[in-house]
Amino acid sequence: MSRIEVGQRILQEDLEWAKANSLLFHKHRVGCVNMISSPGAGKTTILTETINALSHDMRIGVIEGDVETDLDASRIRRTGVPAVQINTKGGCHLSAAQVNGALGQLPLERLDLIFIENVGNLVCPSIFDLGEHAKAVVLSTPEGDDKSAKYPAIFARSAAMLINKADLLACGALDFDVEKAIGQARRLNANLEVFVISAKTGQGLDQWCQWLRRLVSQVKILGQA
Amino acid sequence: MHEAAIAEALLKTILDVAGGQRGRPLAARISCGQFAAVNPEALCFAFDALAKGTRCEGMRLQVEIRPVEARCSACGRIWTIDDGYSRCPNCSSQQFSLLPEPPLLLESVDFEDKTDE
Repeated sequence: MSRIEVGQRILQEDLEWAKANSLLFHKHRVGCVNMISSPGAGKTTILTETINALSHDMRIGVIEGDVETDLDASRIRRTGVPAVQINTKGGCHLSAAQVNGALGQLPLERLDLIFIENVGNLVCPSIFDLGEHAKAVVLSTPEGDDKSAKYPAIFARSAAMLINKADLLACGALDFDVEKAIGQARRLNANLEVFVISAKTGQGLDQWCQWLRRLVSQVKILGQA
Repeated sequence: MHEAAIAEALLKTILDVAGGQRGRPLAARISCGQFAAVNPEALCFAFDALAKGTRCEGMRLQVEIRPVEARCSACGRIWTIDDGYSRCPNCSSQQFSLLPEPPLLLESVDFEDKTDE
């Protein structure tokens, strides 16, 4: 038997697609945020409300990832922004190659910010970089405050955490300790930006939108360099 | 089941390496960081299924999961995160940053020796 030392990255092709996407974002000076959560945490509602709040400040496009259906892209399009739906047909995450195909269907030269709504899943999407500027993980209050302990990778790799459905905290039916959830996640990621929001009532969306404006202006400044 | 996507990329990488070899590939060693969330059993299952009918059919995979390390923001000590909620073993600070994770790597491939007959 003979052994060959290889030392090669297994996901090299994915990394090259991610790099290609990142170059596209740079070329068109468009920011990109990859939204990741469990199914049902409220990603699409956060996006429709964020788009409504930012519609006068910037031009937004959305890539929607779901196992099946065009339902989410249709919801996004009703806000008036372009949306491309990717159906993974059983796939548990979006790949950089799939995103590259979707980017070809968006008017990048006329956009300032692209949201990628990943497939609802806290494990697989955390591993596959899409070339985005930032990952934002969404945790909704009914899911419990210990999610970052159970699924550490995505909390370690995200730039921002949105705690959604904060309006439900007042009803008293949930055992969700906001401070505990933030403390646990920041132990994995000291620089994590945290937004406690309710996409339904609009609570906290201002700060989140402010963070997005900063991200976009940084991308524009870097694009000029 | 992201392991299916990883298995597909792994098979392609091994077949590339095996292209220059006369012997059949018998085993491969893979390493990844703990946060890559690679389940060795799921990876082997997916790889077995995908490798059927290729030169890699029947290969053994050995997956080495490498721990994630952190650097204490207070005293600079580097240590291994084993439970996700460690304190610095030196100064007990809970302020730390994670070091870059080990990537998902194909470390080595073992081939059968094939001599000219």
